[in-house]
Amino acid sequence: MFAYIVRRLIAVIVMLLVVTLVTFGIFFAIPKLTGADPAALYVGKQADPATIEGIRQKLGLGEPILVQFWDFVTGIFAGRDYTGGGTTVRCDAPCFGYSFRNEQPIWPVLQDRLPVTLSLAAGACVLWLLGGVTTGIVSALKRGSVWDRAAMTIALSGVSLPIYFTGLLSLAIFSYGLGWVNGEYVEFAVDPAAWFGGLILPWVTLAFLYAAMYARLTRATMLEILGEDYIRTARAKGLREPVVIGKHAMRSTMTPILTILGMDLGALVGGAILTETTFNLPGLGQAAVKAISDRDLPLILGVTLIAAAAVVVANLVVDLLYAVIDPRVRLS
Amino acid sequence: MTAPLHDTSAAETAAVDVAAGVPAKAIEGRSPWRIAWIRLKRDKVALSGGVVVLLLILVAIFAPLIVSVFGHPPNEFHEETIDPLFSTPKGDWGGISGDFLFGVEPGNGRDVFSRVVYGARISLLVAFLSAVVAVVVGTVVGIVAGYFGGWVDAVISRVMDLLLAFPQLLFIIALVSVVPNSLWGMSGSGVRMAVLIVVIGFFGWPYVGRIVRGQTLSLREREYVEAARSLGAGQLYILFRELLPNLVAPITVYATLMIPTNVLTEAALSFLGAGVKPPTASWGQMLSKAVSTYESDPMFMIIPGLAIFITVLAFNLFGDGVRDALDPKGSR
Repeated sequence: MFAYIVRRLIAVIVMLLVVTLVTFGIFFAIPKLTGADPAALYVGKQADPATIEGIRQKLGLGEPILVQFWDFVTGIFAGRDYTGGGTTVRCDAPCFGYSFRNEQPIWPVLQDRLPVTLSLAAGACVLWLLGGVTTGIVSALKRGSVWDRAAMTIALSGVSLPIYFTGLLSLAIFSYGLGWVNGEYVEFAVDPAAWFGGLILPWVTLAFLYAAMYARLTRATMLEILGEDYIRTARAKGLREPVVIGKHAMRSTMTPILTILGMDLGALVGGAILTETTFNLPGLGQAAVKAISDRDLPLILGVTLIAAAAVVVANLVVDLLYAVIDPRVRLS
Repeated sequence: MTAPLHDTSAAETAAVDVAAGVPAKAIEGRSPWRIAWIRLKRDKVALSGGVVVLLLILVAIFAPLIVSVFGHPPNEFHEETIDPLFSTPKGDWGGISGDFLFGVEPGNGRDVFSRVVYGARISLLVAFLSAVVAVVVGTVVGIVAGYFGGWVDAVISRVMDLLLAFPQLLFIIALVSVVPNSLWGMSGSGVRMAVLIVVIGFFGWPYVGRIVRGQTLSLREREYVEAARSLGAGQLYILFRELLPNLVAPITVYATLMIPTNVLTEAALSFLGAGVKPPTASWGQMLSKAVSTYESDPMFMIIPGLAIFITVLAFNLFGDGVRDALDPKGSR
């Protein structure tokens, strides 16, 4: 078990290094292919040649890509100084880069934005698990009933609706039309009630989309498992139906759901872009979209890295949880 | 399906076995595709999805014709239809009338009907072609990984894991934003579309690759592969003439279910401003404009939203039907 975790952790680190290198490489290679000056991309449009030259020296853009990559990675652990054009900018560890557009290090921006995205993801996750899994189980148990057909129709519609449409629709109805909620994000520490009020629409909208997917998945898995021999055995030995479903069937139903949950939660850290844009939440996704329109490459790199880390770590946690949930899985 | 698809002899033998007990009825050999088609014809829901898909394709192909009969040119301003004070359309329901079937765009009075019809072109073209890219790359890479195994498989599998760990949406926007306006002799929306197709396809292939690899792993141990090998068939022959035909069913299912996902991705990218460039019409772009106008003119949000919804739902219903029809475990 311990050896397994160590091996997986090493794999995680290698994976993150490769993600960084690839992201780096793309922003390094594309300006080259297209003949643009990468240094000019890092500063505003009206920058004079001296400023651009300063940036080139600060970032070591003249160096080979591996040298630049090494500087970036060591900066994460040791911090780094950007020197060039007669000035030096200090970026403390953990240094995830420095935005020359906004003249600030990236890490504090990420620290600012991450709680918003996590609040969004966590709240929505609770809702969609409760809603989706329950709906899926009930549908599987009452297969072919009116409930089942209605639930599955709604679920299929749910997975076909883009979130920026349902989001705008719910804003139009509940915020603008009925005035029940006002969609301003407030930090939890400042005012928990306002935090809740500001997030409830994004939670419900995001959860609806995922609940639809989870209901479909849970129903399909449950139906498959109810046909297994061990369920028949459990029934044959006289176990009551709630025990058969709740203890025996649920345990194996959870395995695929957990897999998807890990992937989805990890992906949400970088993938809540649409929700955050629609509801104007100041999270990581919104920061990324803004960074992209500002061409703030260091910030894009920072968000990409955090998002990739979330995916990889979530997958690791899921793999470890398998052993707890599914007795058939042995880690080795 | 153990029999290669171009060879119906196995299905015929099975039919003979069954028919042996039943006296003298015409024996009909049915290929797996024929069986699937018969099942699909019985599935009314899937068929209606298929009909809608067909209609949408026709709309996309004949967009100029449809618009010249029922609408106004998509980029023609009709400022006389706009209330000069609020810049909202005159009349109820976003200015819907016999002249403007879906109303007009707030601000400039462009015909929403024409823009939705032209938007279908972008949406379907990008979705189809990126699915083609993903399926071709995913199939070739997956089949090679599954068949050869060893280090080839190890490398390919790691690359797929890596791509799946990438925050895709974020990355696609970043990539699109650094690609210049003219490339490979194309300019304007042509470049954007080509980039969208390549990039969406590029992030889609690992999903196909994983499935194909898994299937190939089990298929390569089958007797018919061994038989082909013992007859002196070359690697390429085995890969593409023996294995590939048996992979067509899962690949078809995945491809049909991938198209709606790609429609959503294209719309999401356009919504975030990384899709085709204005004034080329696309559904996501219309919704993105609706973010600032939905309070005064909700119709302008609802129509492109419904267009996306109907398209994705139709493809999902059809895809689910195709999956059930091609499922070898399903009832005939």
